[in-house]
Amino acid sequence: MISKDDVRYVAHLSRIHLQDNEVDHLAKDLEKILGYIEKLKEPDITNIKPTSHVLPLKNVFREDIVRPSLKQEAVMKVAVSHHNGSFKVPQVIE
Amino acid sequence: MNLNELTAHELRDLIKAQKTNTTDIRDSLLDKIKRADSKVKAYVRTFDTPKDFKEIDTAAGIPISIKDNICIKDQETTCGSKILKGFKSPYDATVVKKLKQSGVSFIGATNMDEFAFGSSTENSCYGPTHNPWNLDCVPGGSSGGSAAAVAAHEAIWALGSDTGGSIRQPASFCGIVGLKPTYGRVSRFGLIAFASSLDQIGPLAKDVTDSAILLNIIAGHDENDSTCAEVKVPDYTKSLVKDVKGLKIGIPKECFIDGLDPEVKTAVMEAIETLKEQGAIFKKVSLPHAQYAVATYYIVATAEASSNLARFDGVQYGFRTHPEQSRRTPLIDMYEETRDKGFGSEAKRRIMLGTYSLSSGYYDAYYLRGQKVRTLIKNDLDKIFEECHAIITPTSPTTAFKIGEKVEDPLAMYLSDIYTIPANLAGVPAISIPCGFAKNGLPIGLQITTKPFDEETLFRIAYTYEQSTDWHKQKPKL
Amino acid sequence: MNTFETVIGLEVHLQLNTDTKIFCGCGNIFGQAPNAQTCPVCLGLPGTLPVLNKKALFYAMKIAMALNCQISPYIKFDRKNYYYPDLPKGYQISQYDFPIAKNGFLMVNAHGDLKKIGITRAHLEEDAGKLIHDTAVNCSLVDYNRTGTPLMEIVSEPDMRTPQQAHDYLTALKLTLQYLDISDCDMEKGSLRCDANVSVRKMGDAKLGTKVEIKNMNSFKAVKSALEFEEIRQQKMIAAGERISQETRLWSEEKQATFAMRSKEEAHDYRYFPEPDLVPFIVEQKIIDEIAHSLPELPLQKLERFISRYNLSSYDAGILIQDKHLAEFFEGCAQLYSENITPVSSIKNNKENRDNTDHTHILKGVSKKITNWIIGPLQQELNSRKSDINTIELKLEDFVKLIALVESGSVSNLVGKDVLKFMLDSGKGPEAIIAEQGLAQVSDTGALEKIVDEILNEHAQIANQVKEGKESAIGFLVGQSMRKTHGKANPKLLGEIIKRRLLNG
Repeated sequence: MISKDDVRYVAHLSRIHLQDNEVDHLAKDLEKILGYIEKLKEPDITNIKPTSHVLPLKNVFREDIVRPSLKQEAVMKVAVSHHNGSFKVPQVIE
Repeated sequence: MNLNELTAHELRDLIKAQKTNTTDIRDSLLDKIKRADSKVKAYVRTFDTPKDFKEIDTAAGIPISIKDNICIKDQETTCGSKILKGFKSPYDATVVKKLKQSGVSFIGATNMDEFAFGSSTENSCYGPTHNPWNLDCVPGGSSGGSAAAVAAHEAIWALGSDTGGSIRQPASFCGIVGLKPTYGRVSRFGLIAFASSLDQIGPLAKDVTDSAILLNIIAGHDENDSTCAEVKVPDYTKSLVKDVKGLKIGIPKECFIDGLDPEVKTAVMEAIETLKEQGAIFKKVSLPHAQYAVATYYIVATAEASSNLARFDGVQYGFRTHPEQSRRTPLIDMYEETRDKGFGSEAKRRIMLGTYSLSSGYYDAYYLRGQKVRTLIKNDLDKIFEECHAIITPTSPTTAFKIGEKVEDPLAMYLSDIYTIPANLAGVPAISIPCGFAKNGLPIGLQITTKPFDEETLFRIAYTYEQSTDWHKQKPKL
Repeated sequence: MNTFETVIGLEVHLQLNTDTKIFCGCGNIFGQAPNAQTCPVCLGLPGTLPVLNKKALFYAMKIAMALNCQISPYIKFDRKNYYYPDLPKGYQISQYDFPIAKNGFLMVNAHGDLKKIGITRAHLEEDAGKLIHDTAVNCSLVDYNRTGTPLMEIVSEPDMRTPQQAHDYLTALKLTLQYLDISDCDMEKGSLRCDANVSVRKMGDAKLGTKVEIKNMNSFKAVKSALEFEEIRQQKMIAAGERISQETRLWSEEKQATFAMRSKEEAHDYRYFPEPDLVPFIVEQKIIDEIAHSLPELPLQKLERFISRYNLSSYDAGILIQDKHLAEFFEGCAQLYSENITPVSSIKNNKENRDNTDHTHILKGVSKKITNWIIGPLQQELNSRKSDINTIELKLEDFVKLIALVESGSVSNLVGKDVLKFMLDSGKGPEAIIAEQGLAQVSDTGALEKIVDEILNEHAQIANQVKEGKESAIGFLVGQSMRKTHGKANPKLLGEIIKRRLLNG
């Protein structure tokens, strides 16, 4: 049901590089788990609405009032790599 | 008894009577951690007393331990993962703010399954935590560190998080009290998300009274969390009454499954008898869709998780690495290598499963279908609560299993959540309390579930049972 | 003639000028130091959660209504998942299947013709950060200040058929948005961004050609140029029997051409699913009514009203409405000017007979004068000062006063223009300037007769031409007289005196 190519494709979608043995392992695990999940085909879901929010909360807002931002130094403290106040990453090719 | 062996409410009374103070309690805990944690490995880091800490002479001034996925300002918060090593949060979670406001100091961060993915606390980059009742066994998960610390008297009380049972199941395995509040009862702001529509922070404590006191502090509306309800927080300690006369409690017929350990079943049946003696009325009920709960959970929760964990990519904070040889572009290489080396195998498994179920062509068959079956499960519970005040089940089908026993079989691991998952899917509150021991000396947990925002009934039933027995007074000897 | 038909659709992203970002309380100001306008929420730090800015939602609904869309009674947000360094959470909170608005249209006034361009949908989402490529240090730099700015995405139907129409659509859209005062609509600052989808087909073909997406256009002019380039490129290919690839191309302002993107763009699988951290929004009718009520008069409405109420030509009205503040200025002037005039008819008849119709009549009468002054001398001054009516120092009362002074002959038209210049330079009123600089029009016939004597002497030949019938030469003589008086002489009187002297006696 889930091939090694599927696994490699999903790994790329997830931006995770898998070693070859990981691909094999995951293919087996996912096959087993997805096999179990086939169970979900059994119940009748005609006219059933999906639950994306379990509480009947609606219309939660915030007023348009400014709150203090973090200072640049505090943000840079968190950064793995930075330069002149910006986060630094490997060059992005467009 | 040493200070660290007391409950929070006992310590509160001592503080009030000026017979002790926070500093002495902290010292007692840190001393126990020094002596015992090399065996239990409940903690990933301990904290010094903050410089601006003020001793507040209130009921809440008892030091607390926090699961490693709740942000404390300027402290490292890693979710048990290599990918967040070195990340120091620049802000406090709302629950942390509330605790600080009531004068609580923090002892340390407790171990967990990486990103809360697990039921055994074996999936941590820091190595597994050991069950204080039997060091060869798991403490449960994912809040295993918090549960083990409380059970071992290395913590007075602790916070954990529960997405599919991660507070209740370890509480059950460690013989303590673990509560998952109603979804939206406690703010999630500052809880590093696993599954946003299922996660809740909750207390792990030595008894039901402590659990109620802690919930009083952390519950309540938060303007930083759109999913946090504006429902008034009652004083939960007022529900600590030994009285269940006339309460109707349902026993779902589906809970007596094949994999249920006979000793667990016996303990739960005896607990039912104890409550009957106290005046509770039991009736047989049915959760016809409970059998789909695990499958539903592992689609819905992993889908949300795959999205929540996309931010861990080495760009901003935490861990970053590059492959030795370039494969695609420098940026994509960085993403892929960082996430391969930074995430453990269970995390990768769940991210892959979640991504798959959301991907083009599979969304309807998996994620959408999962959300619809979730509605069926929620409807089942809503229907029962029209006739019953609560439901009673075991917390887990077994007692604590051995470290390494289920690690190779993820599906078997997932099935140990079978009793706890429905409460997360429906957003209802549930508590696990100790109800006995197996012959092997490992604790057994009893789970009570009620309708949304009815933690009061939960506490009432739990307290009544607790005060009718002695289980909560028993703790492992380390 | 043209055997091909171009089909164009535009996707516009607008930054809304709320005080704070869409999901957090950070300020929403352009041009701050990098990462100095961020917080844990818009940085996407672990554990953070979004809370929707009410004003952003209301602004979005306002725009939707101004674009004649149907507002959805049920609004929800969804996650659009993809990886890019400027997207801190690894997903963008956007809207997928329940956008705020659908099925609207914009009437585009293109050189007198009104064309209806359909609006497919409009939705609210959060902006991403800014990525700068630093080739010197072989890295890219990310600034998250812009992350979380509220964005409205407006998708048009593929109803445009020429690059000019696309340009006109953008102009009309920008004007409508200016009237709402909800966005700066500045392509240079990035508060308005535009991507185009263009395909070409043989005229008469029912099937659409292959759609090509064009990005990286930084001005309305660039959009037009890019589309002009692209339609020719596609026409040539089709004529040569080549297949057009469905791709994304970038416009190069430098090379004035479109180029396929260097990296092969993989089809994104965005894995949309409902945003669990935001609850849905039920839009009650009273909210819709409230917002509809709060809509200001929109450009086309104002155009029609100016034409009927002020009797303006559609050309003049069209110019005035291009800037909402200028239009307001015009109306203010027209009202003030007409209020200060006593209607001749009511003096004749009865002061009590002054009524609305008189006032409307006066209004229509004065509007042309005022329009001329605004479109002419005032606009010239604004242009030369690279300014607009908002930033210039000009009191409405002073401007009206100036026009009244010219009309009454206190100062000549020509000098009036100079007075306007001095007013804008000094901030002083017209009377003060006229007095200080002695610019009052010379209407004293004695003085004027003397000037005319001099001029008729100096230009005797021309004077003879007039006597012989060339009346048009009077204008030259008037002009010379004006020069002699540095523009201060009353030209009407001068003309009369010269005419009388040369033709009557």
